[in-house]
Amino acid sequence: MSTDPHLWLRHKARVSPYEVAFWIAALIVPYVLLPKYLALASQIAIMATFCISLDLILGYAGIISLGHAAFFGIGAYAAGILSARGWGEPLSGLLFAAVVAGLAGWIIGFMIVRVQHLALLMITLGLSFLAVEVANTFDGLTGGADGLLGIDTWKLFGIWKFSIWGHTSYAYALGVSFLIFLLCRRLVHSPFGLTLEAIRENPQRTTAIGVANRRHLQWVFTLSSSIAGIAGAMLAQTTKTVSLESLGFQNSAEIAVMLILGGTGRLYGAIVGTIIFMVARDQLSGMNPKYWYFWIGILLMMVVLFMPRGILGAMQRLAAKMSRS
Amino acid sequence: MNALETRKLDKSFGNLVVAQDISLALPAGARHALIGPNGAGKTTLINLITGALKPDAGEIFLGGHEISGLPGNARAKRGLGRTFQINTLFVSLTPLESVALAVCERLAVTGKWLASLARRRDAIDEAFDLLSRLGLAKDCTKPTRDLPYGQQRLLEIALALAGRPSVLLLDEPAAGVPTSESTALFDAIAALPEAISVLFIEHDMNIVFTFASRITVLVQGRVLTEGPPDEIARSPEVRAVYLGGAKHG
Amino acid sequence: MSQLLAVMFDGVAFGMLLFLISVGLSVTLGMMNFTNLAHGAFAMVGGYVTFALASLAGWPFLATLPVAFLATMAIAAVFERLLFRYIYETGELNQVLFTIGFVFTASATAAYVFGTVHQSVDMPAVLTGFIELGEIKLPSYRLFLVAIALVITVGVVYGLEHTRFGAMVRASVDNQKVARGLGLNVNRIFALTFALGSGLAGLGGALAIEVLGLDPSFGFHILVLVLIVVALGGLGSVWGSFVAALCLGVFDVGGKYFVPELGSFLIYLFMVALLFFRPQGLFGKR
Repeated sequence: MSTDPHLWLRHKARVSPYEVAFWIAALIVPYVLLPKYLALASQIAIMATFCISLDLILGYAGIISLGHAAFFGIGAYAAGILSARGWGEPLSGLLFAAVVAGLAGWIIGFMIVRVQHLALLMITLGLSFLAVEVANTFDGLTGGADGLLGIDTWKLFGIWKFSIWGHTSYAYALGVSFLIFLLCRRLVHSPFGLTLEAIRENPQRTTAIGVANRRHLQWVFTLSSSIAGIAGAMLAQTTKTVSLESLGFQNSAEIAVMLILGGTGRLYGAIVGTIIFMVARDQLSGMNPKYWYFWIGILLMMVVLFMPRGILGAMQRLAAKMSRS
Repeated sequence: MNALETRKLDKSFGNLVVAQDISLALPAGARHALIGPNGAGKTTLINLITGALKPDAGEIFLGGHEISGLPGNARAKRGLGRTFQINTLFVSLTPLESVALAVCERLAVTGKWLASLARRRDAIDEAFDLLSRLGLAKDCTKPTRDLPYGQQRLLEIALALAGRPSVLLLDEPAAGVPTSESTALFDAIAALPEAISVLFIEHDMNIVFTFASRITVLVQGRVLTEGPPDEIARSPEVRAVYLGGAKHG
Repeated sequence: MSQLLAVMFDGVAFGMLLFLISVGLSVTLGMMNFTNLAHGAFAMVGGYVTFALASLAGWPFLATLPVAFLATMAIAAVFERLLFRYIYETGELNQVLFTIGFVFTASATAAYVFGTVHQSVDMPAVLTGFIELGEIKLPSYRLFLVAIALVITVGVVYGLEHTRFGAMVRASVDNQKVARGLGLNVNRIFALTFALGSGLAGLGGALAIEVLGLDPSFGFHILVLVLIVVALGGLGSVWGSFVAALCLGVFDVGGKYFVPELGSFLIYLFMVALLFFRPQGLFGKR
């Protein structure tokens, strides 16, 4: 059977009814059915944004980073410090965080695109430790180990107050996440997105057809850092505190777990993985954290052994099998 | 003016000399074969020309312009296309996407991150057209890894052609292709546009003598001899290399 | 002056400890390109074996050390056959995640069995005092560390250079494909090397209790230092690891002593810069 190439490519990028249903549910379910969980829901939206930023570099471009939380934390501190120093307008705070984190990503990107394998792992790991050390050293600015206090987030658009009930927080986090998701969705279906996947698959070949690998990788790294920074800024603004842990290895490792759990290189994998991980942690929060990590560890090993493409990848394969039989 | 020229290329890894004093010239439209026993430095020469390796000394000219100092991707953008001896493809992408990407790169739109790939009708049409000409249209929306080996070899050529090269370097295009699939590959090589200058490595003497207008014999990193096919076939030196113990595989 | 020397010596001893823990990982990484972040967890296992025997069962400290080595080796061999061997071909990311998962689980298990508190063991009297060399007073435990590490280094180097098994290991590190082509059973060689290397890490973990203390997060904390040693030393290079471990030990101890506010900051900065300019490490070939 011969396929119309235009139709096939359009079909690949089309908006499916499941997607529409998902976003409508994301808007309605927390407000109507689970109003007690709005704070959790906004944290999920924030972490999902962070996870999507990791998916861009890891899932699509193939850059394995063990230190992406550094940019999340930089964004959180940027917005948090801005607010603690007297400017608490949330949207401009986001923009500020995006620029600061993006700038950091751009500078670090010069290094990232030039190394691979163990050296890449070590450099990303080292940078995340460095970020913690720096934040700890400049405790006058960051509050050090006590965390950054005194964040005051002004009313959204001058109208809606960020209350402890989380009505505004969730709308804010969901809205920003949705916009960023749309942006990333566009990116992955663009010629640039295809180029990233090609570089991940075979950098030797992309060079042979003329692609400037490093320039593309640096750009996506910058963009991804900026998005991670926005996510961090949202966390700072909605929880009104920033801790050193937001920069640290544990946060980097956890976000990678969420991504792998959902499945890399498909955007929705990042979202699904984040939802499952965060809900599970919330439900099991009564449990001693040491047991929680036992199960996280088991889960990670199981996913790698039995579902290397994540939950969505496994579901896709199952669906394909069922439709064939 | 030659389409491709190398002047006195040298390269060694430690004590191992892999290229010594290699000077080659391909006029426009040439069909130039590079033969020699295993380890003669044929693939190394291609890697030196494309910039995958840096020569210790010597210069490379493409269409009269020196490209020795340019990185590999810049050489490709100036019209130097290549295929690889071992399939070097985007295995989880489809042939359609792979070739469309190569076309997009030639059109300089791979940096556009807010544009829709599906709306680049020009690039998609061109890619599909190229795939059709090589007989790859039928399965062009399947992942590359599911394609039969012979078709993957053809995709190697399609990817190189998408950049509309002026010089094409083919590294054993028929390596490992079963006879049942080799006709399509022969046809593809025969149908290469005449304006393209082709330098190809090949062990299959059938292909070499069918297509080559000139042959260079490399032995241990050096040019042993160069000439038209009939002269090479008669050369006692070449016979000594090929028949006298040194096996070709 | 004598103070500087004492700090230097402290650093050397710490470096020796790091070398003991890291050398196995360096060799196995060089051989299989298996990115194993769980190596530190085996050091923790050795630490807890010694803790359990010495503090809970009342064994003398020195007698627990060979057991820490052997027990860790056995445990590592079991997990290699049960789990790790399935992920050698799965790519870097999966290996990283799988082994991080292993560390999570191992450390949670340790927390369950031994609690989250900082543990220590009683040292025999010989190892608690100081030994005076002229004006310098050297802590005897540090001397003991250096001595034991030197003996093991000589053993490892001799084993690699002069035994049949060592030759097979070197061939496999040098070029796995060629080694397989020569008929070597690289998988079995790897399994054995993995077990031996983990055993050494276990011994290192046991010896580290007195220096670093022991708690369930030991596997994570030591991991960063171990990775620095391996990455700087170059994969598969024993001497590279030795030099890198010594430098790191001296820098770390010296840095924390002389510029406490910048100590670890400088180490990470140095590592990032060095890896950027020499991604293959100081002595690495690739």
